[in-house]
Amino acid sequence: MDVALARAEQVAREDLVMFVNACFSCTGQREFYNDARGQAVSIEFLHAYILGNYRRLYARTLAAGINHFNQAQIILNLLATGKQTPATDRREEGALIAAALRTLPPQRAFRVLEVLRERRINNRRTRAIVQEYLERRPDLGFEAIKYRAKLRAAVAHGHLKLGGELNPFLFHGWRKRVFTTPLLEKFRQAHYDASALFELPFTVAEGLAVKHGIPRDVFLTRIEPRLTAAERLRLQGSAAREDGVTLSFELGRAPLTKLALYVLSLKPGVRRERQAELHAGMEQAAARTLRRASVPLGRVAAVLDNSDSASGSTEKRRRPLGVALAAHYLLSASAREYRAFWTSPVEDPLLMGARGQTDLSTPLLDALDWRPDLVVVVSDGYDNDPPNAVAEVTRVFRTKLDPARRTSIVHVNPVFASELYAPRGIGLHVPTVGVRDAEDLPTVLGFARFAEGAAPLSELEDYLAARVRRLLERGQRSLTPAEPQETAGASTAEEED
Amino acid sequence: MARTETKHLLPTGLRLAPAQAWGSIRLVPVLRDEVRGDLRFARRTYDDDLTVVALKGGLMEPGLKYISYVPHGLVMAWDDRSRSAAAAFGTQLHKPEGKALKVGPFTVRLMHRMVHREEKNRLRLLPLHLAMEGFLALHFGGPEVAWSEYSQEALSRGLNPRSEWSVDGWASTAFDEALRLFEIHEQQVGVLIFHADLLLSASIVSHPEDYRALHRALVEDFYGELLLQYGFLGDVPPLGLSIDERRVSSVGDLRAAVEQMRKDWASFQGFMAGGLFGVEVSASTVYEAGPFQLQRFVTGLVPTEENHIGEVIVRGDGTLEYLKTYRLSAAQTRRAYLLKQLAHAEWNLERTAGNLKTTRDDLMARLSNAGFGYLLKESVLEAALRRQQGRRW
Repeated sequence: MDVALARAEQVAREDLVMFVNACFSCTGQREFYNDARGQAVSIEFLHAYILGNYRRLYARTLAAGINHFNQAQIILNLLATGKQTPATDRREEGALIAAALRTLPPQRAFRVLEVLRERRINNRRTRAIVQEYLERRPDLGFEAIKYRAKLRAAVAHGHLKLGGELNPFLFHGWRKRVFTTPLLEKFRQAHYDASALFELPFTVAEGLAVKHGIPRDVFLTRIEPRLTAAERLRLQGSAAREDGVTLSFELGRAPLTKLALYVLSLKPGVRRERQAELHAGMEQAAARTLRRASVPLGRVAAVLDNSDSASGSTEKRRRPLGVALAAHYLLSASAREYRAFWTSPVEDPLLMGARGQTDLSTPLLDALDWRPDLVVVVSDGYDNDPPNAVAEVTRVFRTKLDPARRTSIVHVNPVFASELYAPRGIGLHVPTVGVRDAEDLPTVLGFARFAEGAAPLSELEDYLAARVRRLLERGQRSLTPAEPQETAGASTAEEED
Repeated sequence: MARTETKHLLPTGLRLAPAQAWGSIRLVPVLRDEVRGDLRFARRTYDDDLTVVALKGGLMEPGLKYISYVPHGLVMAWDDRSRSAAAAFGTQLHKPEGKALKVGPFTVRLMHRMVHREEKNRLRLLPLHLAMEGFLALHFGGPEVAWSEYSQEALSRGLNPRSEWSVDGWASTAFDEALRLFEIHEQQVGVLIFHADLLLSASIVSHPEDYRALHRALVEDFYGELLLQYGFLGDVPPLGLSIDERRVSSVGDLRAAVEQMRKDWASFQGFMAGGLFGVEVSASTVYEAGPFQLQRFVTGLVPTEENHIGEVIVRGDGTLEYLKTYRLSAAQTRRAYLLKQLAHAEWNLERTAGNLKTTRDDLMARLSNAGFGYLLKESVLEAALRRQQGRRW
């Protein structure tokens, strides 16, 4: 009986580790080695399986720092199956959903509201959570304009009453005679008068500008003050290319991984020219990330994969490479001593591209030679020169050269392999954890000991419970003042929409 | 016709790196450490449905013709005088080649010769078609002595027209995918293509940049029937070597072990490609361009072994600069083998049968099965087949 219990516990732990790991990396999008369809099927299956078997832990995963795509999936799945919640867990589950929904970037949260209608999820708890979410929005008027269709879907679906003029605005729009709220009034006017649209959010104004026939360069110049940080970053390249407009942008304000992807999207010549500026921007972004969640590290070696497959896919262009570059800056900022080892050596990380075969064992050996406390390997888990070498190196190193674990090795993988239901690993002796952004690194390094399989299930449960407490406490504190961080983090995952 | 010599095909100046496998395809990178840069290849695409290559005579005149679908040609440029000036690459303007005709909804291109000199130091070749032409032209003329068994047609026209078919790289989606996922090495100049762990083709050029540009075009080349034949086999097993931890006591030892692993891989793959490298081939020189010799070759044509045809460019000092091969299918090998045996015995059926240790009737049945029934008089062949069947009853 005891054996059976122990085995059941082991299965549960492995299932959960696999799930949390998948939730860090998978976004249902195409990867270099896998297509989008396989990814979607794979992650849907995992969600259904964990929801059915470990409902409480499934809900608690919301607090584990997983990516927004999977948070949205969990929220929807929990709301859809509210009846199955045991009475004892009802309170916590509701609070978790509400808190997670609040921390999602607005475009993702509003998308969740829209899917609620698409999937015909409509019960009392859902309506209450949606109502509460909308009431707590700091600037619902602005969002009513920016996400009008989604908000309208949610309001109609839940028969909600919103304050002020919002209900008439959502259902009559600019056809209502006059609004007293200034922003709503501007929206109405902009349909008739071109000059009013420059007060509106960029995405709304863009369509109206076409309607009024405003030339693109004039439009971009005048709308500039209204651009969000993410829009500014996104538009910078295309605006200069097509319209000759330069948008001013402070690089240090962008989220780290996003900035890394922006840098890598620039042509090598441009990167060389702006090298100092880009470098400073990356350092600032790394420092800003660390202010939010810092991990003081000792002597750290990073083994970073910049082979061909780091070029990602059409949907996630250069993401593995971007994560590697961002991790490079983040680790160098948080470590006491730091050295980077790339698979194909680079003179300056800012100037590199994805090229060549994956020879992971040589940089790993170089890193081990340096005798660090921690080795962080950032790679997609494919190792082909020679195949299986890195698994052998880590095995022999762990079992023979360093059984006392003076040096710990962690493999961080930004790519979800759909056929394995997990990020691909580099051998049995190194824990592999998935990430979506380099910003997840501090969280993920904490999670790595579960991926290794040494820690028991109870410890993982405690870990999740502690994170749940922290998330809920943070929600309580931010009840009164609107959290300023929310807008900064808001743009993190916009591209996935 | 060019003279034929017997030689060994050796991968001089080349080195193999560990393979990358996808599904049933295994691609082995071929690396070159010393790149001289005086021989460059560029791809020229043709988008015609059919290409007619005039082997003898003018474009529109009657004469020997080779007809096939040709997706692209290779333009080879070399530099033979000074070592300092590298071969000009891809910068020349060129006139549209040959003559394009519209036939209904299709376009047909007429071209001069397989290997066409365009300028002093530039040559256009149609990859593999040269080898295929050589293969088709094998004992093309038919019997030289008018033995009574041969049909009138065989005596007057030989094997004309003779056709073979092959498989486009497109036929296998796994192959396309494998090429997309393949991570090209910095010094890579070629690739050995294994399908279900059988060597399908080798493709090697002189310069890494050229290889990078030609890599995705490999899917347009043609391959033997093996590509289809083994298309439904599952994945090839991941071949992994391991390190013996008893011999490792430091990181340096570990590094040496990985280096040994890499070497073992190369020699193992060289062993897997043993049907091509190191075997005896009969090669004929088609063109001499400065220090380079363009040759086409065919392996021994023994039915029990793997057989390749191909073309190769060898530098004066023996370095292999260009190689493209095609693996003959079992049926193609059988056909070539029979023709070779017939030619050996001066097309005398009795003698050939004797050499093959079989009967004359049996030989005729084999010829008919191989698709050469039209060479024999109908009455003779029928009588032979009847006797064959009668005996079987």
